[in-house]
Amino acid sequence: MMYILGFLIAVLLVVVFVQIGKINEIVARLRGQEVADRDGDEISAKLMVVFMVLFLVGSTASAIFYKDSMLGYGPLELATPHALAIQGLINTTIFFTGIVFIVTHIALFLFAYKYRRKEGRVAKFIDDNHTLEIIWTAIPAVVMAILVTMGLYVWNNTMADVGEEEKPIAFVSTDMSEEDIKEGVGDNTYLEIEATGMQFAWILRHPGPDGLIGEKNYKMIDAENQLGQDFSDAKNIDDIILDELVLPVGQKVRVRITSRDVLHNFAIPHFFVKMDAVPGMPTYFVFTPTITTEQYRENLSSHPDWQVPADATDPDSKMRWEEFNYELACAELCGRSHYSMRKIVKVVSREEYNQWLKDNMDKSYYLNNIRGTEDDQFIEYGKLTIEEKIEEYAKEKEAAEKTEEASDTSSDEETGDADTSSTDEGEDASSTTNTGDVIDEVIEDVNNAIEGSGVTEGTGTEVPVDTINR
Amino acid sequence: MADNKGLLVDEQEFADYLDDGFHDHHHGDKYQTNFITHYIFSQDHKMIAKQFLITGIFWGIMGGLMSLVFRLQLGFPEADMAWLKPILGKWITLTDTGVGSLDPQFYYALVTMHGTVLVFFVLTAGLSGTFSNLLIPLQLGARDMASPLLNMMSYWFFFLSGMIMFFSLFLNTGPFSGGWTAYPPLSALPQASSGSAGGMTMWTLSLVFFVVSVLLGGINYITTVLNLRTKGMSLWRMPLTIWAFFVTAILGLLSFPVLVSGLLLVLCDRGLGTSFYLNEIYVGGQALEQVGGSPILYQHLFWFLGHPEVYIIILPAMGLVSEVMSVNARKPIFGYKAMVYSIMAIGFLSFIVWAHHMFMSGVNPFISNIFVIFTLIIAVPSAVKVFNWITTLYEGNIRFTPGMMFAIGFVSLFISGGLTGIFLGNSSIDVPMHDTYFVVAHFHIVMGVAAFFGMFAGVYHWFPKMYGRFMNDTLGKLHFWGTMAGAYLVFWPMHYIGMAGVPRRYYSFTTFDFSAPFVGTNQFITIAAIITFGFQIIFIVNFFYSIFKGRKVTEKNPYKATTLEWTTPINAGHGNWPGHLPAVHRWAYDYGKDGRDFIPQIEPVTEAEKERDLARVH
Ligand code: HEM
Ligand SMILES: [Cu+2]
Ligand SMILES: [Cu+2]
Repeated sequence: MMYILGFLIAVLLVVVFVQIGKINEIVARLRGQEVADRDGDEISAKLMVVFMVLFLVGSTASAIFYKDSMLGYGPLELATPHALAIQGLINTTIFFTGIVFIVTHIALFLFAYKYRRKEGRVAKFIDDNHTLEIIWTAIPAVVMAILVTMGLYVWNNTMADVGEEEKPIAFVSTDMSEEDIKEGVGDNTYLEIEATGMQFAWILRHPGPDGLIGEKNYKMIDAENQLGQDFSDAKNIDDIILDELVLPVGQKVRVRITSRDVLHNFAIPHFFVKMDAVPGMPTYFVFTPTITTEQYRENLSSHPDWQVPADATDPDSKMRWEEFNYELACAELCGRSHYSMRKIVKVVSREEYNQWLKDNMDKSYYLNNIRGTEDDQFIEYGKLTIEEKIEEYAKEKEAAEKTEEASDTSSDEETGDADTSSTDEGEDASSTTNTGDVIDEVIEDVNNAIEGSGVTEGTGTEVPVDTINR
Repeated sequence: MADNKGLLVDEQEFADYLDDGFHDHHHGDKYQTNFITHYIFSQDHKMIAKQFLITGIFWGIMGGLMSLVFRLQLGFPEADMAWLKPILGKWITLTDTGVGSLDPQFYYALVTMHGTVLVFFVLTAGLSGTFSNLLIPLQLGARDMASPLLNMMSYWFFFLSGMIMFFSLFLNTGPFSGGWTAYPPLSALPQASSGSAGGMTMWTLSLVFFVVSVLLGGINYITTVLNLRTKGMSLWRMPLTIWAFFVTAILGLLSFPVLVSGLLLVLCDRGLGTSFYLNEIYVGGQALEQVGGSPILYQHLFWFLGHPEVYIIILPAMGLVSEVMSVNARKPIFGYKAMVYSIMAIGFLSFIVWAHHMFMSGVNPFISNIFVIFTLIIAVPSAVKVFNWITTLYEGNIRFTPGMMFAIGFVSLFISGGLTGIFLGNSSIDVPMHDTYFVVAHFHIVMGVAAFFGMFAGVYHWFPKMYGRFMNDTLGKLHFWGTMAGAYLVFWPMHYIGMAGVPRRYYSFTTFDFSAPFVGTNQFITIAAIITFGFQIIFIVNFFYSIFKGRKVTEKNPYKATTLEWTTPINAGHGNWPGHLPAVHRWAYDYGKDGRDFIPQIEPVTEAEKERDLARVH
């Protein structure tokens, strides 16, 4: 029935169209084709101007309408320094292209209107004008040169990998100043996380207390060992698979991006982070989140769009801003559920992060499933290995902090601002002890975990640090 | 410049040359004596052009309908789609309550088919196949293509390719669903996606035949342009349409074979156990043996075609627009030589920018520096073309035919879409924008819609040449305004969706918080798309109605144009010109010269003109 109806409507429409067209053709013939054409042109020319106005107003108005939905133009702040740099470039581009857009559209449609056919007008024979052409070749060339220069500067900063002097860590220092956190200055350390795409989820791996991601081998993948972690590699002992990505604010993060099956793309919109996950070829993206989820929510809370119930059908549900989360998505078509590879990304304060890691570090796959079984390759050495690794880490940490403190004080002396330097030092001192405490606790916890699992003996083995896969 | 327009040629030499021994067959030529050889296996370039056009229209309708189905899913995910079950069968999944929704797998299949069909079948074959065939011999003063037989085969390979694609729609595992770019490993592994089973094999086969068609056509276009120009038709006197088709054919010839090699390697990976693109893959509960390949290699091969391909689509549209604009503004195209050089520059540069599609694909970021530079350089010749079109209108005497209106619309779309290219071409900005709706907005406006506008401009303008009748003006204008407004309403908001970071090719906007606010926008877009499609029905009705019932053309040169196609009889037979071929004495753009409305290319240059032109040179 519906089909017949649809068909009839279609036929009716066709007939109507044909009739409209025909009537106008007959009218034109009666009035004389010339006259009718000219009148038609008059209308078309006017409509061109109407269209221009509507289009320019509409495009501006819609930009204003959508301002608050776009990243970086309303309450949705950009949460990494490199995103801000990119946004600067976007704005510069909007400036230049905006001018071109408006000027060319006005010229196009106004010329169309102004030079519409008129009785007795003869078009002017203008075939070219070298001066004009040189000018309008040169102007775009200069603008492009500016955009390329700025663009490449931002690009090479954005894509820069971690440097030789930067150390992989797991626990982060808690003595970073608010300022440094906000600007993503960093302290010559980075946290390396691994994200592996599979149909249809992200598998996120934290390196554990040693800060190093263990080797994997795709042939070892099975239902249990989703990544194919190779447990003959000591770096794997403490690696934790995460349900959600937890990142310390102000910390440089290097995501190692891989794929198990087809192409995926590791994308976190609010961070301007995006990189393909390619099977068999790890890629990376380095970024520094500078706004905690908590802070982001708070910033949103003052905006009316976000002061509504998150669940529109339930007025008692939490407010939208309370429910805000950074989200990790997939941005490369990977199959039927490509649209649903969601993981939450939590950016927390550095203290919270350390605590979180402490609470979760006994969740490693090895500790829970391999240790003590016949697959355990570290029955003899395991205990010492993990202890050593952590001790080594603590030592390094301390050494790093010492040099940092030294440089901190020297810079303070340079600025000679007595007031701030004294408070800074106070904070530094207390937080240093905090870090020390945390590490002590960590070692204890790991000891307990290991002893609890019944391993008593070990001779220790070197963890070759340079086997990190890049 | 002047030297191209005003040189006298020895008239006797002309006459000898032009007598090519062609004798007017009153009952058509010997190859075209029956229905089959006239309408089906025709070797007449004009008939082949119509075949390309009508097949293109068929695929345009198919591709458009596909997009409406997936737009419905996006705009109204809750709506009951059970009414599509008679057509889509198992791809509509019913809930317990009988509410039907589109299966994600088929959603992606539709997106893939839509892209493939429109890019290749409509905007490549339907556009350059139609107009290169129609206009190259007619505007150059040739009796036909260099090889009418290859030309006919070119169409039939296209037809075959289309048939294969069409049948793949009915496969049990569904048509290919890995996106029109067909990136492996997804496209190489049936275990990864049911569309990558038989659907992908047929997709590949179809495209291989398509490339055969493009190559046969391209060789013909190039040869014809180089060898069959009539006396006096020097390269610098060719209309811009021909320049555009010529460069397009060269681009096709150089780039399409690379696609074939890329696809053949996918086939090898699928069937022969090679690993050109496969490396360390665990899929379907199994670790594959294949190691050592690189999916990125495919992307290089694909985009080495893919980027030139977008210019293969837009250059013919540019050529058509230039010509239609000049004729209807009654003015020479401004900066003819600059237009030709920018076509060449764009053509050349289009081969060295391909990796701008791969900034985020894991290639070494250093490489991207070079591609950013080349990519943004393309904006310069593109800008020159835009400025020249606008200046062509200046001081003109513009006739607003539907063709002209689509030409003006084209310029607007090309500006809007080209400017967003400047964002994407800068790799840093591509970090947030890559694979989001911003890209969708960019390429639909600059390529999709703009190329359609070029095609519409061409169809309305040359319809009298094809069928000896006019299309209806009123319906044409209605079609124009509906499409112009509709296209912007559909694609403009996508910029904002992209700038919120929403990835393209998402079946649902509600799985992520960041995309959820755009549910309303999606409804708006879907409604706009349906209405815009409605306006295309006006075109289709107008087109087919006018073939049989349109207002008859009563004079050879209804537009008062200078070019040669308007010197043939209204319904020219095979061979185009009865008797001698026309001779050319000047360039194609003598409009408004010396107080005359137009001077046809076949009109000899007067002594006075010659002297003045020479004076301008010195
Ligand atoms: C000013 C000139 C242009 C520049 C700088 C430019 C730049 C770009 C860039 C960088 C991309 C990749 C975006 C991404 O995937 O992240 C892109 C995509 C695209 N561009 Fe352009 N473009 C320009 C003009 C054109 C033209 C004239 C066309 C076609 C006629 C075109 C068609 C396309 C298509 C089809 C895609 C998307 C392909 C896909 O991923 O499916 N572009 N453009
Ligand atoms: Cu995906
Ligand atoms: Cu491109």
